[in-house]
Amino acid sequence: MELVIRNGRVIDPKNRIDAIMDVSISAGKIMALGAAPSGFHAQHQIEARDLVVAPGLVDLSARLREPGFEYKATLESEMRAAVAGGITSLACSPDTDPPLDEPGLVEMLKHRARNLNQAHVYPIGALTKGLKGEWLTEMAELRDAGCVAFGQADMPLPNTRVMMQAMQYASTFGFGVWLRPQDTTLADGGVAHDGEVATRLGLPAVPVCAETLALSNIILMARETGAKVHVCRISSAEGAAMIRAARRQGLPITCDVGANHIHLSEMDIGFFDSNCHLVPPLRAISDRDGLRGGLLDGTINAICSDHAPVDEDAKLLPFAEAESGATGLELLLPLTLKWAAETRIPLAAALAKITLEPARILGVDAGHLSPGAPADLCIFDPLQYWTVEPAVLKSQGKNTPFLGMELQGRVKYTVINGNIVHEDR
Amino acid sequence: MSNNPQLNKNGDLEHLLTTEGLPAPILLNILDTAKSFVGVTERDVKKVPLLRGKSIFNLFFEPSTRTRTTFEIAAKRLSADVVNLNISASSQSKGETLLDTVNNLSAMHADMFVVRHSQSGAAHLIARHARPDIHVINAGDGRHAHPTQGLLDVFTIRHYKRDFRNLRVAIVGDILHSRVARSQIHALTTLGVPEVRVIAPKTLLPSKVERLGVHVYHEMRQGLKDVDVLMMLRLQNERMLNARLPSTEEYFKYYGLTQEKLSLARPDAIVLHPGPMNRGVEIDSAVADGRQSVILPQVTFGIAVRMAVMSILAGN
Repeated sequence: MELVIRNGRVIDPKNRIDAIMDVSISAGKIMALGAAPSGFHAQHQIEARDLVVAPGLVDLSARLREPGFEYKATLESEMRAAVAGGITSLACSPDTDPPLDEPGLVEMLKHRARNLNQAHVYPIGALTKGLKGEWLTEMAELRDAGCVAFGQADMPLPNTRVMMQAMQYASTFGFGVWLRPQDTTLADGGVAHDGEVATRLGLPAVPVCAETLALSNIILMARETGAKVHVCRISSAEGAAMIRAARRQGLPITCDVGANHIHLSEMDIGFFDSNCHLVPPLRAISDRDGLRGGLLDGTINAICSDHAPVDEDAKLLPFAEAESGATGLELLLPLTLKWAAETRIPLAAALAKITLEPARILGVDAGHLSPGAPADLCIFDPLQYWTVEPAVLKSQGKNTPFLGMELQGRVKYTVINGNIVHEDR
Repeated sequence: MSNNPQLNKNGDLEHLLTTEGLPAPILLNILDTAKSFVGVTERDVKKVPLLRGKSIFNLFFEPSTRTRTTFEIAAKRLSADVVNLNISASSQSKGETLLDTVNNLSAMHADMFVVRHSQSGAAHLIARHARPDIHVINAGDGRHAHPTQGLLDVFTIRHYKRDFRNLRVAIVGDILHSRVARSQIHALTTLGVPEVRVIAPKTLLPSKVERLGVHVYHEMRQGLKDVDVLMMLRLQNERMLNARLPSTEEYFKYYGLTQEKLSLARPDAIVLHPGPMNRGVEIDSAVADGRQSVILPQVTFGIAVRMAVMSILAGN
């Protein structure tokens, strides 16, 4: 199929393009930006006047809940949510039931995802069998089955020897190790940031040093083993400062932050709003500002949706008992745009955090519009407001701290491999 | 932050969930009303017909005999019908959710729920989801709040000290896990007590506790100097198990209230305790039973305060 996208504001951070032009697509690839090549006749066209034409978004943290948690969400529902959010590539975490620790499971997931013909799914394999933190998984086999990196999701890895050896083994093959820093015992039972709000509401707390202590281990081991480490969903200003310092010393460590955490703080819990029960917890306002600073200076490479759809009943419980998590795929773009508007950074720089940069971390050919690249695009109206409501969200998870709020930036078309897979009517 | 979920559009009390965020006139109205009920509790016929025909459900998701009994007595003295439900033993174990339980009980035409739950925020959740004409009284939720206890404590202080505005008050013990301490602190600061101190080892203090408007002391002798009111907290035994304290003996030595330490406070200082007491752990028997102790009057006032809260919520 040949497709032309006309008159849009094309933004491609990788190629430093930000201009009104056409995009010609043929055989699933970007053919040309600007004037169509001679002899090119598109059967389909999208009129993109007043719209931004960007690379399809790349999300580093989506829980698709399959296999095992289909009551929370299914692959079908979440893949629809992804394309409705302009996401064309996503990394899914291994904390399914059973966890993604065997090649067969990964192949099945890839196969199911491919049949849906929607976003490209890149599974993160389990670093240890059953995510139990004891035995290494068959990482090379899992890579052959389709895993792009290995991690523990939110499961603890308290045995430092296992962690060290997992890094050594992964680095033997050059595999990325993705870890969310959290000291298991310090965080045990905690549900909110150890600060003013947890004190006021009497909620069991997770101190910042639960993150920084674990991060310190990760940084030291990454240096020792030479493993390619990616730090997932950092939550504190102190944590961001540690990454900055490690990077300055030449450690090739990368890092992402959840979209909720660059906007919200512990204060948003209000009177026990369980939609704000997130992992890691929303921290102090100074932490949120520190995370924004980290994004701005490049310490934090990418923004992720931290998509964790939760069954509605699981949120209708007292705060600590309510299940953690929020739907996020459809909010990644508007929350990134909101951050860009509030911090006055150029649109191209903001989009890099959800396209080019996460694609680099994943190590896949995505997140840019170079001729010959897969024609994955997100076409959005940067000015259109929409209200976050259960009926509007495609995800089976309807809970988010932003429920009822008006956000700016609406995805109008999502294109994957040259096919229009989502159109907002 | 959203509007105060305890007040209706006219600013009247709709639920009593926490002492935090309630304006002083509302607190004072509860205390004044309670004062008028103290007389009732001392009469021969200890009953007034204010809540005749009303149904009050005691929903106790966490076992408690004392608190439940005082609410029951208070309701009966107002002529209400009282239903006691010990829920941890019944539906929760059958997998019914908290809100299912609440919806079922709402359908039985309750007028008021008195709720005790082990989780912080449970009373807020119930108030948000119960039928709108049902009033919710928090009888203790996790570590968060125990507002009627906080109110009966300030009632007791007012009874003995008259004016809040020239007092030094010290709260001693496990602030971190205490819903009583949180409710006391908010009530005291709202009522204009100029100096509220908390005295505890660092392992029993929540972080940023000073943001609640209190002065922090780790040394009990310093903290008790010149105080007018001492509010002791109960020390739970499990604090030793999870390594917050080495032993009850060491705790008693450094944070237990003895006559000798009490002598550092003002000579007319009063001593409160929410009960049940651990004698020889947080308080010495000589102090608990001594002339400065107002621990038993607290219990009596507790009934009057709970009567006041119920009658105000019922619109009297």
